[in-house]
Amino acid sequence: MENSTYKGVYVFAEQRNGEIQKVALELVGKARDLAADLKEKVYAILLGHNIAGQAQMLIEHGADVVICADAPELESYLTEPYTQAMCHIIDLHKPDILLIGATTTGRDLGPRVSARVATGLTADCTKLEIGEDKHLLMTRPAFGGNLMATIVCKEHRPQMSTVRPGVMQSLEADTQRQGEIIMVDVPFATQKFKVRLVKSVKEKTSKIDISEAKILISAGRGMGCCDGLNLVKELAETLDAQVSASRAVVDCGLVGHDQQVGQTGKTVRPDLYFAAGISGAIQHLAGMEESGYIVAINKDKYAPIFQVADLGIVGDARQIIKKLNDRLKN
Amino acid sequence: MNIVVCIKQVPDTTEIKINPATGTLIRDGVPSIINPDDKAGLELALRMKDLHDAHVTVITMGPPQADNALREALAMGVDDAIHLTDRKFAGADTLATSHALAGALRNLTFDLIITGRQAIDGDTAQVGPQIAEHLDIAQVSYLRKLDYDGKRTFTIERSIEDGYEILETEAPCLVTVLSDAFQARYMTVKGIMEAYAKEVKVWGFNEIEVKEEDLGLKGSPTKVHKAFSRGVKAAGELYELDTDEAVGTIISKLKEKFII
Ligand SMILES: Cc1cc2nc3c(=O)[nH]c(=O)nc-3n(C[C@H](O)[C@H](O)[C@H](O)COP(=O)(O)OP(=O)(O)OC[C@H]3O[C@@H](n4cnc5c(N)ncnc54)[C@H](O)[C@@H]3O)c2cc1C
Ligand SMILES: Cc1cc2nc3c(=O)[nH]c(=O)nc-3n(C[C@H](O)[C@H](O)[C@H](O)COP(=O)(O)OP(=O)(O)OC[C@H]3O[C@@H](n4cnc5c(N)ncnc54)[C@H](O)[C@@H]3O)c2cc1C
Repeated sequence: MENSTYKGVYVFAEQRNGEIQKVALELVGKARDLAADLKEKVYAILLGHNIAGQAQMLIEHGADVVICADAPELESYLTEPYTQAMCHIIDLHKPDILLIGATTTGRDLGPRVSARVATGLTADCTKLEIGEDKHLLMTRPAFGGNLMATIVCKEHRPQMSTVRPGVMQSLEADTQRQGEIIMVDVPFATQKFKVRLVKSVKEKTSKIDISEAKILISAGRGMGCCDGLNLVKELAETLDAQVSASRAVVDCGLVGHDQQVGQTGKTVRPDLYFAAGISGAIQHLAGMEESGYIVAINKDKYAPIFQVADLGIVGDARQIIKKLNDRLKN
Repeated sequence: MNIVVCIKQVPDTTEIKINPATGTLIRDGVPSIINPDDKAGLELALRMKDLHDAHVTVITMGPPQADNALREALAMGVDDAIHLTDRKFAGADTLATSHALAGALRNLTFDLIITGRQAIDGDTAQVGPQIAEHLDIAQVSYLRKLDYDGKRTFTIERSIEDGYEILETEAPCLVTVLSDAFQARYMTVKGIMEAYAKEVKVWGFNEIEVKEEDLGLKGSPTKVHKAFSRGVKAAGELYELDTDEAVGTIISKLKEKFII
């Protein structure tokens, strides 16, 4: 494969119900860094129906070019039509790098596309950088978060990676930013469409999205049950923060799964992460260690949470938070 | 109805520890298990066997000791087991792994292929969809429920971030299954006795339909450039204080950081 004909940093701009997903903007933000190192452009690939109107938003967040396929076949995500559209665009434009959000959509689409175009795919990356030889270095957790691996794909193009949502940072929208929008017609092979979407069902979710929060007060099993949790809620209210939790607390039904931080919950990077009575299991750390400032209270001075905490307090979290609530109110 | 379940033998990653001196994984003494998602996949297949009289074949690619995983599946009640093993398969990334498995699947008849969503060691969730692509069949990932009309149509619930989708497709197709979707049954004593008497077919490169250049290290576009245990971030400040002092310290730090 002649790699030098492959150029540009491409992002799959995932949309659902016509709404660009947050992860797409995060990836565009990251793509800007990578493109700057490579002196290449950032391209966003936007697939959907009646979707072209959203292209400008991608430009405002950092895309130089939006490649848009607008077709009824692309209305809702289905593996085959989306794979055909992606592969058509890859054939046409020859991306050097292609980033896809590691959502249920991205992790369905990514491997199918990579197998069709016969290139490598790195899963669920948490770090991306350009190496000395201009290859993409893709770092990801494996073995349940126990190991980090940096993966390269030197001989095949595009260098593809799915990227964990909530890890990269999007740029502020710049409404003055100009870019180019290219519309493409995908020659669909409809006889290959074998799966039908009957319906999509929303399950009850709270309005809170902890991955958006600036401050998270996070409760662990060490906070005990109801009354302990109330202390945490009170602190959150005072600090205008959201409540999140470890899996131990979610499992006992005190808070919803959408408030769980960690490998099987959400990845968060608030300005302040306040861990109260959380031991800091590796699966928990995986979801919060990128936070701006981490405060941890734990009565066990050897608790692993202290290895990532900027400020660690050995003590009884309930008493300290109770008093903290009193002090902050006065 | 013919079902093939792909299972991977994995180290129980919840038991893995890091050697603090070398930063490497301590694998000694870590038990090998059937990947949890795959175990749910086996259960789904066995329920289809109970309900629709499906014939269930299980396949794994791996070193000789992966035979244990196949015996466990046999003891749970699957009909046939195939062990793919060959030096030519070694060092495979997901693309090369999926080529080898697809090569073996081409030798079998199937209406449904079941894989786990994700293996707990490699953690990529890529092998299932890639197999489906090589075989040119439909895929549905993140399956949490499956109904079969007894003819050709599957109705599938697929988990997504804020709920689920209901999808329909016809056989043949490949699904990837979530571990909490189906609680796996236990092996029966009779099953265990019989499992060791049954024949496990062992296939190497010569027995499957695949190009050699698509296999192993050579067929792997991705390479592990380096692996390391997650860096311990520079330790912050740790205080053992009484409650009042602790509260004071927290407040002054948060002020210093302009958080409050
Ligand atoms: C595959 C897998 C995925 C997982 N995914 C996640 C995930 O996404 N998120 C997650 O959080 N976990 C996850 N876990 C679970 C994880 O391994 C831990 O079991 C969990 O995080 C523990 O929660 P905890 O810290 O609240 O509880 P514990 O581990 O029980 O810790 C409680 C802590 O509170 C301290 N404590 C007790 N009383 C007090 C007190 N009065 N004051 C101060 N401190 C006190 C104790 O010293 C202890 O450190 C996962 C596990 C597996 C196997
Ligand atoms: C640290 C590390 C990082 C890696 N990162 C990547 C990466 O980013 N990209 C990449 O392409 N490769 C990567 N690999 C290689 C990859 O782990 C192997 O190719 C592995 O054989 C398959 O990937 P997986 O374990 O992630 O399986 P998954 O794709 O998560 O497995 C999904 C399902 O496929 C089936 N399956 C998988 N393997 C087998 C098997 N051997 N036999 C039968 N069924 C199977 C099972 O049903 C399983 O549940 C990495 C390897 C290591 C050690």
